[in-house]
Amino acid sequence: MTWIAQNLWLIPVLPLAASGVIAVNKQRQHKLAATLAIGSMVLAFLLSLCAFSATLIHHGESGVFREVAGFNWLQFGGQWLQLGWVLDPLTAIMLVMVSFVSLLIFIFSVGYMAHDENFTRFFCFMSLFAAAMLGVVIANNLLLFFVCWEIVGLTSYLLIGFWYHKPSAAAAAKKAFITTRIGDLGLLLGMVWLYAETGTLNFYADGHGCLESSALTAMVTHMTAAGMAVSTAIGLLIFLGAVGKSGQLPLHVWLPDAMEGPTPVSALIHAATMVAAGVFLVARVYPLMSAHPEGAAAETAALQVVTWVGALTAIFAASVAVAQTDIKRILAYSTVSQLGYMMLGLGVGGVAVGMFHLITHAFFKALLFLGSGSVIHGCHEEQDVRKMGGLKKFMPVTFATYAIGMLALAGFPLFFSGFWSKDEILHAAHGWPVSHIPFFLGCAGALLTAFYMTRQVALVFFGEYRSSGRQSAHSSSKTDKHEKSAPTHVGGYDGKGEPHESPAVMIVPLVILAVFAILLGFVGTPAWPWFDGFLNGEPAGFNFSKLTESGTLGLMLASAGFVFTGLGLGWWLYGKRQRKTAEEPDVLQVAQPAVFRLLENKYFVDEIYDATGVRFNAWAAQACDFLDRWIWGGVVMLVTWVTLGLSSLYRFTDEFVVDLGFDTGCETLREGGGEMSRWQNGRVQTYLRVIGVALVVLVLFLIWGRKT
Amino acid sequence: MNLPWLTILTFVPLFGGIVVAGLGAEQRRLARGLALAFSLVGLAGALCLWKHFDAASGDLQFVEKHDWVPSLGIQYFLGVDGLSLLMVMLTAIVTPLAVLASGSMFDGKAGSLLAIHRSPLPAAGGVRGDGAHGVARPTQGGAHIFYALMLWLQAGLFGTFTALNFFHWFLFWELVLIPAFFLIKLWGGPKRGPAATQFFIYTMVGSVTLLLSFLAIRLATGSFDFIELADMAKRGEITAKLGEAIGWKAHIGLLVFFGAFLGFAVKVPVVPFHTWLPSAYAEAPGPVTMLLTGVMSKMGVYGFLRVLLPIFPEQIRLVLTPLMWLAVLTIVLSACAAFAQRDLKRILAYSSINHLGYCLLALFAVTGAATGVNQPELQKAAALNGVLLQMFNHGLTASALFLFVWLIEKRSGGLRGLEDFGGIRKVVPVFTGLMGIALFSSLGLPGLNGFVGEFLIFKGVFPLAPWAAALSTLGLLVTAIFLLTLIQRVFCGPLNGRWAQMPDLTLSERALVAVPIALMFVLGIWPQLVLGVIDLTVVKMVQQLNF
Repeated sequence: MTWIAQNLWLIPVLPLAASGVIAVNKQRQHKLAATLAIGSMVLAFLLSLCAFSATLIHHGESGVFREVAGFNWLQFGGQWLQLGWVLDPLTAIMLVMVSFVSLLIFIFSVGYMAHDENFTRFFCFMSLFAAAMLGVVIANNLLLFFVCWEIVGLTSYLLIGFWYHKPSAAAAAKKAFITTRIGDLGLLLGMVWLYAETGTLNFYADGHGCLESSALTAMVTHMTAAGMAVSTAIGLLIFLGAVGKSGQLPLHVWLPDAMEGPTPVSALIHAATMVAAGVFLVARVYPLMSAHPEGAAAETAALQVVTWVGALTAIFAASVAVAQTDIKRILAYSTVSQLGYMMLGLGVGGVAVGMFHLITHAFFKALLFLGSGSVIHGCHEEQDVRKMGGLKKFMPVTFATYAIGMLALAGFPLFFSGFWSKDEILHAAHGWPVSHIPFFLGCAGALLTAFYMTRQVALVFFGEYRSSGRQSAHSSSKTDKHEKSAPTHVGGYDGKGEPHESPAVMIVPLVILAVFAILLGFVGTPAWPWFDGFLNGEPAGFNFSKLTESGTLGLMLASAGFVFTGLGLGWWLYGKRQRKTAEEPDVLQVAQPAVFRLLENKYFVDEIYDATGVRFNAWAAQACDFLDRWIWGGVVMLVTWVTLGLSSLYRFTDEFVVDLGFDTGCETLREGGGEMSRWQNGRVQTYLRVIGVALVVLVLFLIWGRKT
Repeated sequence: MNLPWLTILTFVPLFGGIVVAGLGAEQRRLARGLALAFSLVGLAGALCLWKHFDAASGDLQFVEKHDWVPSLGIQYFLGVDGLSLLMVMLTAIVTPLAVLASGSMFDGKAGSLLAIHRSPLPAAGGVRGDGAHGVARPTQGGAHIFYALMLWLQAGLFGTFTALNFFHWFLFWELVLIPAFFLIKLWGGPKRGPAATQFFIYTMVGSVTLLLSFLAIRLATGSFDFIELADMAKRGEITAKLGEAIGWKAHIGLLVFFGAFLGFAVKVPVVPFHTWLPSAYAEAPGPVTMLLTGVMSKMGVYGFLRVLLPIFPEQIRLVLTPLMWLAVLTIVLSACAAFAQRDLKRILAYSSINHLGYCLLALFAVTGAATGVNQPELQKAAALNGVLLQMFNHGLTASALFLFVWLIEKRSGGLRGLEDFGGIRKVVPVFTGLMGIALFSSLGLPGLNGFVGEFLIFKGVFPLAPWAAALSTLGLLVTAIFLLTLIQRVFCGPLNGRWAQMPDLTLSERALVAVPIALMFVLGIWPQLVLGVIDLTVVKMVQQLNF
């Protein structure tokens, strides 16, 4: 076994240790906190590279390179439950992505959070997050996976509610935790079911793992209720966990609200890595999801559900993003939509398709979020795109990198990574034998993506700056809302209220991410499907003719067509005729007020949940309380009253019947006794007198008797 | 050495209580110091037991068995297995914490015991939440009595967890009730009178039916010995003998079972026999609540494990489905009811019912016949290990949470309504962080102690009773909702100006809460520490149930 596979646990433990040390140190030690967090991430990144190169070296030897290691954790019924980690291409690629993106975002945060009074706490939570996320990635055991997964959820909760004094942040944090927990309960049930069926939670263990053929064959043939194979049922329960974490319909509601957290958090957790954990989970348990009996269709019910959920989420969220005005919310809905694409890719094309989009998306979405952070920072904590405009000239580097990110997300042909990964998904969807609808939904989503990103960029960076006149009044009204985020601005606040470019510590990560947003696409083109081959353990060669094959080329042209339509429409509606003031209504709002209202309010999903789930929960709580106070408590009170009543009855009988009789009897006796006692009053004269009288009587009686 | 360790362990606090009770009313510090010393001796004793306990055997150890009243089958019979040991350990850990936490109760001028009754309720004034009662009364008398009662409570608990003959065990079971009653009645909140009475009567009714059931069993079998009775039950003799001795063969077994069940169900508690609990927990002073929830609530579950499961498996199987429903109801209803509460202590009290509900779920599930289940014994072992772990974890976490509420009451002058605070994280960050850890432990966050027990329970129960396990996850969800709501209302949002000067935890308070918090991490990361000791006991219990 390679050294790195043996010591893979170091990768999550390093940031974990950093987080622990930061937690017990004083709040003021900013430098120590940042150094520890970044230092541990650098080490984790280097080790990840090590792991990655190990998989590269062994790539193509015999099937998929995979090494596992583990340890005994706990014991029940004489059996050990083993936890462990696995090094395979899937782990390696995620390790590199997570540690690298985290590292860049940590560096960016040093600038962004520089003036926050809770700077150290921020890095403590971020390190803990990175540790848990890396733990999710290396876990070779569903239980260890779940443990790390929940800690990821915790850090997400802590970071969304980082500015806890804002009620909206506190509410958003709670909403995020609870919504994802709904999914996690499905995952928990799926996990215990899987455990019961296979007797192990280890993914891979020399043929005994729950994702290996012997276990899968048993589960495929074992039927449960409604004619569903056990593997399908378990797969769906596990998928529920992924739905919660990855913001898929219908559990997507928490993700847009999660933007209450600081922007680097949104970039790292709610765009690049954590939300992708759900996609990663599906990729990890893909053998289970796709397990099917010999001869049956390869499109299992579980994968069909994944596909449909993904496709619907992709189009749903893309359409909502069209009508949002908050720069981060637009990106948030775009994230939901892209996660839908990843699920769609997993469902129709397999692990490599979904994972490729995950990796490219991580880079360009982190870039976009950090870019938006730079914009927000430069505009003095303004988040409303209607109040921006013309930032191109104030923040040239931010604009250039943001544009790259936007083109990558929109899927601009050939030169941007997003194009290749999205194209691969659409290609797989096109070939899906079950239905063509997901393909059409995906195409429509691609068009909308290009459209809303153009709208955003046009509103933010082009035209005239629409907020400068009212800046001073405005920024003061905003200060209390964002009191913590940046009381003073980095990079020279010029006092005139004009937007400004961000400092180098924030710009450099943007540039690096932008480079990757372009380059990454080339490892997964149809001509050189290296990524595909790497994950599947097959060698990949250059083959330019693949590009020009009719099916591939046709689809590429079609998808490019959708993208250009979206870009063009966006530019025509928002770029060419810039809005003059921040207040004027949106072009779409004028044209289609009803539709716009629906989209603006996110199809009223939150309202529907409030009216049903939340209200039901409150009702159930009141009902249970009522039950307790009046029904169970009522029975107790009834028993009490009955007991008291009986007691009173007894008392009554005692006092007025028994006692009275007793008293009367006693009185009579007493009086009788008193009467009797007169006979014994101790006066000798009386006694003698009585004796004398008695003697006389006796004598008379005797005399009278003698006579007769 | 062959000393009677368990007897000594039980008699140390018993004797300590007598010593402390003999002090004068003025010697408050001495009373507290002595109580702490005696409870620490208890802890040391428990640690010794833990160290010398042979984990490679699931059998009873440190056994002491002497005839007491031979003609009635009464023996002086003590012994510990993994289950008893774990509970003894929990008692030994929680009692010194409770004694330490009670420090502030008797500061200021002392009064006599009578003064307690006369002492007026503090005028906390201002906003007063629905459940916010003045509790932290600085000038209270009777410290020596208070601490003596605490020690006697501990002695009773030690006795309950080690006795193996019904008569002997029942003595201690009842002995626990008396100090608990007086602790609530004399030092409780404004509604302490009804709360204490309800608590006493409720438990007493349960105890009476329990006693009647065991008299019937004694009549039928001639034995009070738990171990002997369990063996008879395994051979299926108890029901038959009951029928012979008493008649009414068809139902006598069930009737006797219900009598015993009620005794334990009230103590755990099982919905709907739980209504005494929220008010008792809420009215008792913080340190007493710590003992009530930390250890006393485990007596019920312990009774189920030690008495009901081994002796009445047949009857449990007969009414298994209704019992499973009761467990599910306990879990879900108590969680929902907790969400409706406005008093922090009542929220935690209901949460406590909810957590023990998972124990009930697993208890009943493992008694089932488990036909057609993969590796039934392994699943049952997982579930029972989960139950034991959950008992210990809940004792630790719940008493820590009540400790935190006690500390907050001290700062707020007795206010503890959900809406009385707001944003205090800003002024008491350390308190918030540590209580947050305890709350997340209660919520079952992996990495902290609560998770492992719940996972093992679900792992074991799911294959045995999938529907019940699935329904019970609702309890996990609602628990998350109300605990996070608590965090949101109390700690987040804009700071309530009233608490702008609230002091954060002092160093000694930090040291006090550090103990349970550290244990939460240790057990969350290394549960084998406990599981290694209890596993073989559990395996033996599973074999006992396996027929």
